[in-house]
Amino acid sequence: MKIRVIPIITTIFFIIIFILFYRGLENSNIYVPKTNINKQIPTFNAKLYNSSEEVSSSKIFKDNQFYLMNIWSSWCVPCRDEHGFLKELSDEKNLKLIGLNYKDNKESANKFLNELGNPYDIIFSDPKGIIAIDWGAYGVPETYLIKNKMIIKKTIGPLDKNSIMEIKEIIK
Amino acid sequence: MKIFKLLTLFLFLFSFCSSYAEQEKLEQKITKNLRCLVCQGQSVHDSDTEFANSVKLLVKKKLNEGLTEKKIYDYLKDKYGEWILFDPKFNKKTYFLWLLPILLFVIGGLLIFKLFIIRKN
Repeated sequence: MKIRVIPIITTIFFIIIFILFYRGLENSNIYVPKTNINKQIPTFNAKLYNSSEEVSSSKIFKDNQFYLMNIWSSWCVPCRDEHGFLKELSDEKNLKLIGLNYKDNKESANKFLNELGNPYDIIFSDPKGIIAIDWGAYGVPETYLIKNKMIIKKTIGPLDKNSIMEIKEIIK
Repeated sequence: MKIFKLLTLFLFLFSFCSSYAEQEKLEQKITKNLRCLVCQGQSVHDSDTEFANSVKLLVKKKLNEGLTEKKIYDYLKDKYGEWILFDPKFNKKTYFLWLLPILLFVIGGLLIFKLFIIRKN
């Protein structure tokens, strides 16, 4: 009886490990950062898109107002797809749209906005992509719904019908 | 006097170059330990994506601001989670990861000890 204890424990141990790893194979191996909602927005200084004036974000984001911060670029194809949804949201009276123009060429960005329209109330420039990192973004487009300087909803990738319905529901 | 001036200039340039090289070494060390979130098999140092290039610039900026290596890791961990580090720290989420090899080593050792040494005696 004494001799059999160790092989049984070892077998059970390896079976548990096998099950753990086998179940792990089913998980996606592409990591997506947690949608870190209920986090304070970062403060940053950035140049306004239409001028060389540098503005602090603390002067833009006020309490008791909904803001939608959208990271976009003219070279990003999904940004083109979501642009119509942003224009739809720009009609909402209690929502201000802030754009962060990510690593873009001014000429192409102007062309993009002239062609598709400008839904943003304010646009910041982020030529080096450092401000986007401050927001925890790792690509374009990414969108953050903000109230009282807190992120209340984060969308990685382009906005779609469902996500704008959710946003409209929140800001009602 | 001229020689003295030249020597001072040489020493100044030498110290400037060596501190620059030190910082570059540290930048490389940090970016090699950061995972690129776009092409996830590669480190930020090896990757050439927009994200990785921005992180490289950010690391340089933070070092120039006087942040330590640990503070830069903490900053990025806060933004993207533990996954961004190739060398995850020992905490309750990584107990299994760190302790499993040791556990297997100990169990294996005990088995060998039991099978070969005790039986031999």
